[in-house]
Amino acid sequence: MTETQTLLNTGLAQMLKGGVIMDVVNEEQARIAEAAGASAVMALERVPADIRAQGGVARMSDPDLIDSIISAVSIPVMAKARIGHFVEAQILETLGVDYIDESEVLSPADYVNHIDKSVFKVPFVCGATNLGEALRRIQEGASMIRSKGEAGTGDVSEAMRHLRTINSEIRALGAKSEDELYVAAKEIAAPYHLVKQVASLGRLPVVTFVAGGIATPADAAMMMQLGADGVFVGSGIFKSGNPEARAKAIVEATTHFDDPQAVAEASRGLGDAMVGINVADVPAPHRLAERGW
Amino acid sequence: MRVGVLALQGAFREHLLMLGSLGVDTLKVTRSKHLADLDALVLPGGESTAMVRIASGTDLFATLRERMAGGLPVFGTCAGLILLADRLSDDSLGGYDRLGGLDVTVARNAYGRQRESFTAPLTVRGLDEPVEGTFIRAPQILELGPDTEVLSRHDDVPVLVRQGSVWGASFHPELGTDGRIHAEFLHHLGAAV
Repeated sequence: MTETQTLLNTGLAQMLKGGVIMDVVNEEQARIAEAAGASAVMALERVPADIRAQGGVARMSDPDLIDSIISAVSIPVMAKARIGHFVEAQILETLGVDYIDESEVLSPADYVNHIDKSVFKVPFVCGATNLGEALRRIQEGASMIRSKGEAGTGDVSEAMRHLRTINSEIRALGAKSEDELYVAAKEIAAPYHLVKQVASLGRLPVVTFVAGGIATPADAAMMMQLGADGVFVGSGIFKSGNPEARAKAIVEATTHFDDPQAVAEASRGLGDAMVGINVADVPAPHRLAERGW
Repeated sequence: MRVGVLALQGAFREHLLMLGSLGVDTLKVTRSKHLADLDALVLPGGESTAMVRIASGTDLFATLRERMAGGLPVFGTCAGLILLADRLSDDSLGGYDRLGGLDVTVARNAYGRQRESFTAPLTVRGLDEPVEGTFIRAPQILELGPDTEVLSRHDDVPVLVRQGSVWGASFHPELGTDGRIHAEFLHHLGAAV
């Protein structure tokens, strides 16, 4: 990837920061998300909670659906391609989506390789559960990372675990001497130049959001206090009792994450949160976060 | 000198780092009370739709307009330019309160979607060497009022303008490591940076 392309790809992610990216399945939801102050929308056919409930193979959305969402809103539109499905990614680029999510929420198309993201002009966001996975995605050309969490559960515990894991692995690198970084790179199976860069920056070299199980303003504010640059909310908004109010409240809590009074105010009168499912009750073969390598 | 950066959403951290590297004190601005002791304010890139909605229902923009009327210098980049424009070419912000104060008409996303984002060398009045401008889903300045000066153009279209101490850019001087545009803004205010 050229230096200019990297600047443009990572630059758009900078513009999304401090914001909330919301899953939407039709134009009406896209407008509700934009009206609530979302910094982008993720266009898809089924939110993760429905993918989980209905089962079957989950694929890229219908281009007509993506077109309709692109024309419904003025904010950036993201869409998901299956892990390793580079033709779905080519289609999404052709449609003019602003960011492609190579996502474990869809059924993987390749159980070995991820998409070579460096050959695309449209930037990619990828999920990660730990530092090595994040750096492998960045090496493949991802311009933004989201910790995976466990999508479609409304249970924030996995999002918490993945963000804490990434953050603590970054801190551990910072404590190593330069000659120890070679082995550290080998141990986490990540390129040495990125390991060295992370050790000196004290953070990932790209914007880092949190995803998977965020359902309340308090969940969003907690992730921001832990150092996330922003949050993805999938099923948490449109599977709740009052999506308009909840979407606005999560945006408010993400901006004022370090002001408990503001988060308390944002948490009032939202109706029912999504019912959700405890991650512990999801059998291991049905855990989406384990997809990706 | 203390310069605030509006931090409702977007690339405020990059502006804070850039201003810090030029040696001025910085402050994140999310509430009207943060405006009290500022010498200047930067409005960052991000999503203008998100910013106007987060600000709605608070006294932040009304207080800021009062400060601007009293002479507070403000520099808006990308989404920040949209907040400062006296006129927008469409109603995609849905009638939400903006700031105004810069006599220009701006079209949101007029340079296209992300695949049309680009960089270009810009000749900037007052600078000897060109600046590499980064345009990301950028707004375009369509019309200028009589008191608005153009400091830089790209393909004949103004991309950096000022009206008194209110500055607007359709690109992102906060991305990368070149602090000369920020320094020009601060010099204009009389800062020794």
